[in-house]
Amino acid sequence: MSVKPASRLRGKDLVGIDPLTAGEIQLILDTAEQMREIAERPIKKVPALRGKTVVNLFMEASTRTRFSFEVAEKRLSADSLNFAASASSVSKGETLLDTALNLEAMQPDFIVLRHQYAGAPHQLARILKSSVVNAGDGAHEHPTQALLDALTIRLKRGTLEGQVVTIVGDLQHSRVVRSNVLLLSRMGAEVRVAGPPSLIPPGMEAMGCRVFHHVEEAIAGADVVMMLRIQLERQGRMNFPTVREYYDFFALTPERLKLARKDCLVMHPGPMNRGVEIDSRVADGPHSVILEQVTNGVAVRMAVLYLLAGGHGEPASD
Amino acid sequence: MAAELVERVGDEKLLYLVGVQTRGVPLAKRLAKLIGTTTGHEPPVGALDITLYRDDVGPWRAAHQQPLLRDTELPVAIDGRVICLVDDVLYTGRTVRAALDTLMDYGRPQAIRLAVLVDRGHRELPIAADFVGRAVPTSHSEDVQVRVTECDGEEGVWIAKEVGG
Repeated sequence: MSVKPASRLRGKDLVGIDPLTAGEIQLILDTAEQMREIAERPIKKVPALRGKTVVNLFMEASTRTRFSFEVAEKRLSADSLNFAASASSVSKGETLLDTALNLEAMQPDFIVLRHQYAGAPHQLARILKSSVVNAGDGAHEHPTQALLDALTIRLKRGTLEGQVVTIVGDLQHSRVVRSNVLLLSRMGAEVRVAGPPSLIPPGMEAMGCRVFHHVEEAIAGADVVMMLRIQLERQGRMNFPTVREYYDFFALTPERLKLARKDCLVMHPGPMNRGVEIDSRVADGPHSVILEQVTNGVAVRMAVLYLLAGGHGEPASD
Repeated sequence: MAAELVERVGDEKLLYLVGVQTRGVPLAKRLAKLIGTTTGHEPPVGALDITLYRDDVGPWRAAHQQPLLRDTELPVAIDGRVICLVDDVLYTGRTVRAALDTLMDYGRPQAIRLAVLVDRGHRELPIAADFVGRAVPTSHSEDVQVRVTECDGEEGVWIAKEVGG
């Protein structure tokens, strides 16, 4: 039994997967599936968000997510403004709140925020009239990433329900894993997570997943294997001995992939460290849908912006 | 209507029917079948979703809810073809305006015509249908619903009067 899509999103913001109902998730995914077609047209642009202004407020490095949002905004005819923390008053000591209030004084409709602190988008959402979209907050949530992962699985498998999804890597510092576990379990998938014990935060099970310490057990029979990035810039502060050892115990190799279902999907949110968490033969192999994830990311962000632009008052009577 | 369409288009090999989602699509398919049996050449049929081109989404919309998106499928290129847009009810003309803009983003047809099952009047834009199943004079307070088996499980045209307010 598939989930009936909601008729609209209730909130003015998208701060995380946690506040969304299954019906709202279904609505975003259904809308995103239709948005995909726009990229195939000779003129890759629709007028739906004409006259809307989106500020992409990225306080932390990002290429893929920022580009993806920008492409989505342009395809919907919105005007995008890009904000890079290094070239702004932030480097002169302005607080996030002051930056946001100053930007809001220029009447944008959306603020897309990437921030190193968990909860930053929630704080802005409470204070600003604009719609706030979380593009990743600290180690907390990255809702559009989870939505694009879900769309990729759904397009390949037809449903999320009953899918066995294994997520492997640094569960402690990953916002991708949190949003994914929340979303997938809410939509009826069976979620397994695995990683070095030192990188598994307490309370993982409470989010709706099973925790494994041996990656082989977690991968056995899986429909989807999602590898997380090992943050090499944290090298030395990471809670495992060496990158080489990490590869030996946790990387997705062709041998380990054989344990999963024959038509298993291999996913990675990027950027990949080849030869660390994922073997190149797997990353470029026939199971990999890593580049399709990127394509679907644009469609998901278009859907989120389009649906949030619908406003958040009383539902229409019809 | 099928005969009239073929006669007016001249070269039926150029004809291409495009239904406006939702109920224009099954109507376009039926028209294409009829044309196929009379001329021996069944024209291609496409489906067009105009939602993202509507003038009541974005800053002008009244309802706090975005309309759901549906499929757009144009199986062959529209360039150089004579497109006949097919819809169930012609009312304000705003849907047709959106459909024209949508089509233009897909290519450059030789001509675009409009066929509707019911023309209920009350145009708000300078738009007229080339082929009309039936012109039905109505008042604004009435609601004209076309139901087709493919979408609604029943068939017919209903004119409903709003009771009370």
